[in-house]
Amino acid sequence: MNLFEYIRPTSVAEAIAAAGEPGSAYLGAGTNLLDLMKGGVTSPNRLIDLTHLPDLGKIEQLPDGSMRIGALVKNAALAHDTAFSKAYPAVAEALLSGASAQLRNAATVGGNLMQRTRCAYFADPASACNKREPGSGCDAIGGENRHHAILGWSESCIATHPSDFCVALTALDATIEIEGAGGRREVPITDFYLLPGDTPHEETVLEAGEIIVAIKLPANAAGFAGHQRYLKVRERTSYAFALVSAAAALEIENGTITEARLALGGVAMKPWRSAAAEAALAGLSPTREAFEKAAEAAFADARPSGENAYKIELGKRVVARALAMAAAGTPERMPALPASPFASDTGAIAHV
Amino acid sequence: MSDTISLPGGNARFGSNSGQPMTRRDGVLKVTGAATFAADNHPDGMLYAVTANATISRGRVTSLNVEAAKAHPGVVEVITPANRPPLAITPEAKPYPFAFNIEVLQDDTVRYAGQEIAMVVAETLEAATEGARLLAPTYEAETARVGFDDVDSFDPDAVGVGAPPVAEKGDIDAGLAKAVNRISASYETPAQYHNAMEPHAMVAQWDGDRVTLDTPNQALVMSTGAFGAWFGIPPENVTIRSPFLGGGFGSKAIVFGGQVLTVLAAKMLGRPVKYALRRDQMYGPVGHRGATRQAFRMGMDAEGKLTALEHLTTSTTSTFEDFIEPASNASHDLYASPALSSRHKAARLDIGTPGPMRAPGEASGSAALESAIDEAALAAGLDPLEFRLRNYAETAPMSDKPYSAKALRECYAQGAEKFGWSKRPMQPRQMKDDAGRLVGWGMGTALFPAPMFQAKAKATLRADGSALVETAGADMGQGAWTALHQIAADGLGLDIAQVEFHSGHSGLPDGGIAGGSGHTATAGSALHAAGKDAIAKLTELAVNDEASPLFGAGNIGVTARDGRLHRADDPSRSESYGEILARAGVSELGGEGQGARDPSSAEEYAMFSHGAVFAEVKVDPELCQIRVSRLVGAFAAGRIINPRLAASQLYGGMIWGIGFALLEEAVHDRRSGRIMNANLAEYHVPVNADVPPMDVILVDEDDRYVNALGIKGVGEIGITGTVGAIANAIWHATGVRVRKFPIGIEALLAETSAH
Ligand SMILES: Cc1cc2nc3c(=O)[nH]c(=O)nc-3n(C[C@H](O)[C@H](O)[C@H](O)COP(=O)(O)OP(=O)(O)OC[C@H]3O[C@@H](n4cnc5c(N)ncnc54)[C@H](O)[C@@H]3O)c2cc1C
Ligand code: SF4
Repeated sequence: MNLFEYIRPTSVAEAIAAAGEPGSAYLGAGTNLLDLMKGGVTSPNRLIDLTHLPDLGKIEQLPDGSMRIGALVKNAALAHDTAFSKAYPAVAEALLSGASAQLRNAATVGGNLMQRTRCAYFADPASACNKREPGSGCDAIGGENRHHAILGWSESCIATHPSDFCVALTALDATIEIEGAGGRREVPITDFYLLPGDTPHEETVLEAGEIIVAIKLPANAAGFAGHQRYLKVRERTSYAFALVSAAAALEIENGTITEARLALGGVAMKPWRSAAAEAALAGLSPTREAFEKAAEAAFADARPSGENAYKIELGKRVVARALAMAAAGTPERMPALPASPFASDTGAIAHV
Repeated sequence: MSDTISLPGGNARFGSNSGQPMTRRDGVLKVTGAATFAADNHPDGMLYAVTANATISRGRVTSLNVEAAKAHPGVVEVITPANRPPLAITPEAKPYPFAFNIEVLQDDTVRYAGQEIAMVVAETLEAATEGARLLAPTYEAETARVGFDDVDSFDPDAVGVGAPPVAEKGDIDAGLAKAVNRISASYETPAQYHNAMEPHAMVAQWDGDRVTLDTPNQALVMSTGAFGAWFGIPPENVTIRSPFLGGGFGSKAIVFGGQVLTVLAAKMLGRPVKYALRRDQMYGPVGHRGATRQAFRMGMDAEGKLTALEHLTTSTTSTFEDFIEPASNASHDLYASPALSSRHKAARLDIGTPGPMRAPGEASGSAALESAIDEAALAAGLDPLEFRLRNYAETAPMSDKPYSAKALRECYAQGAEKFGWSKRPMQPRQMKDDAGRLVGWGMGTALFPAPMFQAKAKATLRADGSALVETAGADMGQGAWTALHQIAADGLGLDIAQVEFHSGHSGLPDGGIAGGSGHTATAGSALHAAGKDAIAKLTELAVNDEASPLFGAGNIGVTARDGRLHRADDPSRSESYGEILARAGVSELGGEGQGARDPSSAEEYAMFSHGAVFAEVKVDPELCQIRVSRLVGAFAAGRIINPRLAASQLYGGMIWGIGFALLEEAVHDRRSGRIMNANLAEYHVPVNADVPPMDVILVDEDDRYVNALGIKGVGEIGITGTVGAIANAIWHATGVRVRKFPIGIEALLAETSAH
């Protein structure tokens, strides 16, 4: 690891000022950043530790009914906050399906939003990677890319965004509160992430030195609380990133879907909101046919970026299932295996 | 002292020591962090070594920026092929047992990605790490060959550790010709890595021409000879301390280059040096389970009896050393067939040399064989258990030797009963759970050799009637500190609390190798014999002493029990060890023992542990995610010294089987040859959520030939049987036969699209 300076600011303003220097990086819990530094993937020359900043660790209900989550709130703390998980159960479920208990206890929500891709070539300094080193090429193309993107990728980069949390936030129209030298601004999460295009090293709309101070979930998102689920498919039952995941939320009135929300994980360099699938569902009754139609719509533009065509078929099935789970209603209690296809009771075997 | 552990309370004893489910003696030390592992040692003045590892798979290092590394604050020395001090032997010499051709910076060639190409030594770990990065090597790279299809195969001279590559009996083609049903099928297993929790580490400190090494090691005394050879000093000048290993699985039995370089660096710089591998550095220089392709042909007569069984394995090895996964040998000793052929080919790739990894040969071989047997049973129209019973071998099929003991029928029966196997429908896709998931049941037979090596031990009776026993054993987490202690106490007729046990130090009598599932049998036999020897000497004193109640009992004999010698014909006449010694004026009485197999039994009998594993899996019918939901294993492995520890070993093996079947695979980039998932986030082993409720049944087995104590081994057998059982259960659930491990979503998805 390179020698670096460690700074522990006491206010957001101080942090932003410190980050004005080129080569600076904000440090949350470090569960992602420190790994990348140890692997020589990034080598900032100053770390600005945010974890001692006051006021960024709160979960608050705002007067308009929305909820504001400070950037330093721990992933586990948010998932286990009763008011929060009641209002946004799919977000809690997504959080609890991510990483491991130890990591969730440490990791901050700001860090979760900003975690880097798990593309193995990005993590390997000996490989060409346009994201790590603009213009160097992309070794994932033509390489081991069974986990790579099927939507929104470019010839420059086929990586995916790994977060589960962000997928559920995206379905529910979260906004990100950002502070920088020029003051505070709010950006909808759907506009926060950038697709790779020709500039895969630019991942979000954050300007240099800007800091995430909070995440907001709108009051109206709570209208979906009765019908929202997160579903995450992967080989290992826990402690693995999604091959494909989906957050689905429905408003159902008198047997008809009045509004649908759908976002996908593991498929693109951003949590992928599917307006087409949502539109396809509005006004239909919540049936398997409707869900399959939405699934087709969600992946209409999908194409393999390598040996990952299977993810398109898998993705469709994940969407149809997630919608069916949402339609069935949010479970009373968080399943023991959140977001897992094995979440529900594994009861007695029926011979058929 | 690092080579002894005081005994925690709570080990209540009921009767003898062996057979009791005592808790681990080292358990408290481990859960409180008091156990000292190799890398926990920090002698005064210690320096830190970090290696730079090659990022190409084949070619040459053309430059290293040694100046930049040396200029980094804290860096003390950079060792490269250009300045590496001489060693007493070359890597090709291999003068000691289990010697591999290893990398000790002998030249600038790169033979695999991850190979050590330089070592940086610094005052801190951070400085050494940054120094290694600053070396910024450049290379002349040649095309990497990392896949089976990249090279031609060849006929190896030997497989595994010196085993013949071909064994044949009868006429396969004739057997197939007369068969009523036949199958042929090919399976593939990937490269897998040991991934012990504790990374390999070495702390080396010299004192004149003597060196002390703190390093996790599965064969302490043998390794003193190895390190002695590299440095031109006698084995007795090398001390290895290895009280605990955080897992070894075969990867800590073989000396690798980084260890030799650490010892060399300590000598060169005149200070202690520590080298601990990073997780990613464990993917290359320290062995792995080589990939295999395994092709079978089987024929069955009208009754479902095998008429021919052919097993041809192609295993990968490195370009410069042979370790050929002996997978076909799994077919030698299990199913009866008049025609039997097991052969091996090998393929040289630009990879680190494979090595023994928990159940080497047996694990990969069993995974494929048990899958093929399932296919054969289906072809024969028989239940897989019935098929196995019809092909039950009464004598070892390849050698025709009788088994020393074989309670496999009981394993089948007890496992099947516990699992409920009789309710299994023959056809696949017949069962669902109430959530609509596909449910499947599969089984596999477990088989593992019961070898013994050579070991020595000492026992010393003390004036107060207590005793000290010593052997340089190795506890990798399997429980040697406990099980060996139990056996030793029984040899002496003492309660375990009266016996002090020293182990894990090369200065003690040679405890042999902790490998091949033979450590308890071998070191245990030595310890038991040492105790008996001491007791025999004590008996001599007593029966010849007129003042002893045992006087004159020489012909009648005495038994040693609870710290007293009793007349065999009149147990009420007894005397304590302390009294006998005190009267004889002897303050300490020593005994010695050896553990080794009786050569005539070894010649006469086939010696194996057996088992039967039954698996239930659930598969989501659309999403194709798989989860094992039940595992039952029944194992017959001779005398069980400690049922708690034995069951733990079997659970661990079965869990490893889950990983083998569903998760484990090193993924090489096909162009650079680098392993792209060389970390525990991306190289998947099972986590708790993957592990279902498991039952282990320890089936009684009295084996009178393996050794005097009747001990076999349980360390590795749990993987065998389990992998096939899971693969077969997946077929039974889905109707899809996946012949490439690990079995995952993608393979099933392709076959289930048409719904
Ligand atoms: C083995 C493993 C498995 C994992 N599995 C999953 C998984 O299944 N699903 C999942 O969603 N995640 C998973 N994670 C990722 C985990 O969620 C992230 O590592 C974690 O959320 C990052 O939080 P942190 O506070 O540690 O961030 P850090 O590591 O401290 O920072 C991450 C990045 O965010 C930046 N940053 C941090 N805070 C701010 C801020 N307030 N404003 C601006 N930038 C900021 C940092 O500069 C850095 O670039 C896994 C991680 C590991 C190591
Ligand atoms: S996919 Fe993107 S992150 Fe991965 S190597 Fe290519 S450019 Fe880098």
